[in-house]
Amino acid sequence: MMLEVRDLHAAYGRIPVLHGVTFAVAEGQSVGVLGHNGMGKTSLLRALMGFLPTAGGTVMLDQSDITDWPPYRRSRAGIGYVPQGRDIFPNLSVLDNLRMGCAKETGADGPVIESVLEEFPRLKRLLDRLGGALSGGEQQLLAIARCLCGKPALLLLDEPTEGIQPSIVDEIIERLARLKQSRRLTMVLVEQNLDFIAALSDRILLIQKGRITREVAPGNLQDPDLVGEFVGVER
Amino acid sequence: MNARSRNGALNGGALNGGTWNGRAWNIAGLVTVGVVGLAAMIGLPLVLELSSLLDVTVYLILAILALSLALVWGYGGTLCFGQSAFFGLGAYAYAIAMFNIGESTIPFLLAIVLPAAFAALLGYFMFYGRISDVYLGVITLTVTLILFNAVNSTAGPEYQIGEARLGGFNGIPSIPPLNWPGMPDSALDLNDLFYVSIVLLMAVYFGLRWLLVSRFGRVIVAIRENEQRAGFLGYDARLYKLATFTLGGALAGLAGCLFANWGAFVSPTIFGLGQSAQIIIWVIVGGRGTLIGPVVGCIAIQWLTAFLGSAQLTKASLAQVVGPTVADALSSVMGFADLSNTSLILGAVLLAFVLLVPRGVMPSLLDLARFLVRRRPADALADKAERAT
Repeated sequence: MMLEVRDLHAAYGRIPVLHGVTFAVAEGQSVGVLGHNGMGKTSLLRALMGFLPTAGGTVMLDQSDITDWPPYRRSRAGIGYVPQGRDIFPNLSVLDNLRMGCAKETGADGPVIESVLEEFPRLKRLLDRLGGALSGGEQQLLAIARCLCGKPALLLLDEPTEGIQPSIVDEIIERLARLKQSRRLTMVLVEQNLDFIAALSDRILLIQKGRITREVAPGNLQDPDLVGEFVGVER
Repeated sequence: MNARSRNGALNGGALNGGTWNGRAWNIAGLVTVGVVGLAAMIGLPLVLELSSLLDVTVYLILAILALSLALVWGYGGTLCFGQSAFFGLGAYAYAIAMFNIGESTIPFLLAIVLPAAFAALLGYFMFYGRISDVYLGVITLTVTLILFNAVNSTAGPEYQIGEARLGGFNGIPSIPPLNWPGMPDSALDLNDLFYVSIVLLMAVYFGLRWLLVSRFGRVIVAIRENEQRAGFLGYDARLYKLATFTLGGALAGLAGCLFANWGAFVSPTIFGLGQSAQIIIWVIVGGRGTLIGPVVGCIAIQWLTAFLGSAQLTKASLAQVVGPTVADALSSVMGFADLSNTSLILGAVLLAFVLLVPRGVMPSLLDLARFLVRRRPADALADKAERAT
């Protein structure tokens, strides 16, 4: 198993948000996490990344127990995180953003960046722009590209389609599908966009009140009742 | 420098295309500083008398101190209120070691290593103890004031380290000067000290420029921008902050060593609140996020302080400028019959800077220069063409 989460508890101060999450993701698999707003989707990813202190349970990455590791160590161990809101560096150029992603490189980072840019040709002509001057969709592509510069084995994506124009949503789906093939990336996707999650996920987990309550096959997303029960408030 | 000019030194060939503009600015800046520095090094001893050259020397020494905070605060984002602690430790370490050893190679190195070690220790507890920015300022300020009080109360003859009497509030007088490494008989005279100071200032400046375009420099800027983001990209923010803080301590110690040489004297006021505040003011006026800014800010403010101190700005001389009525009003409002209060005027200058040029002089000037260059029609066209492709 690439990622094994057992009975994970986490809290913001004294307010608990995860009440024992258990799931596992095999290498090369991509898992979508669906749930209403406030059910703990983002908190789950933050806990997996180490930003939300765990109050119980274990997180295993590729057989090592990373439960108590700080975020930078998890990143070095192979977890790539693309947070909600993208979190690029707005005051750095696109190129410098990408270079910041090359934390594991000890030598020149040029070749790594060039190989990532091959996957994201749209970024090539934007290299000297400031990150903050990009459109939301371009920033999302940059955030994913920057994450790939760290050569992750496991990619955590938090609502990558939020507030992004449809043309770029399609582009993101296409890129990620290709990366899944070419780099055998393992992914955990948190999303509310059903098309997105159906197109990329091998399995879909439903999260309710801080617990994983059900697993459904991607095909079942056509069922309107199921969708109404588990997906964001706007539907 | 802002992000645009930081793009400068790139390593992948094909990646260079888009950032030529940033690189051109960078090179222009480096060449300008190099030329001005060399011109000052060659020219100033020819045109200035020794006493004026001595005044310039102390500006150069303090500019190294300004650079240390430019790194720690301007780039690293750690507002250290106690940079003078490392400056003072450097000066005292040099003085004490010099009386005991007599040959300056080891005292010179100690003046760098000891403050760096102290910064590393203090920084370890602050950064690894997850002290927030505000408390970090309070702690560094407190530490330098503790040093001030501790050294201040060592006046008695029992406070002696080897051959060196600490002297308490009297300070340590007649500190032996630096000599060329390994040659105890060839001490540096005041001319030599000028050359050593300007060479070291340029070395520190260019060294930091190099450091800041390296991966290390990019990471500390990223951590300043957002520590959490740097964390999930795989950088240990605490380690980078600690390294930056330690390097800042080392550079402040180097400045302290030169300062002890300059006056052949060091006293506890070097740890005082005034000294600490001054360093921050240089950086604010010159501009955070640049290196040349704090150097210019430091030299300009030190010069202004010296000028005001000697200019004897009295009510009578003020009356000649603003008229007798205003001068009367000013002096009665402020309760000063004599307006030669340097701190008062410096305070007004600082207030004006914080309110009118909040980013500091150099970032504003650089932006103006870029704006003027960009306005040239040929460039505007090229810019448009670049965007269209």
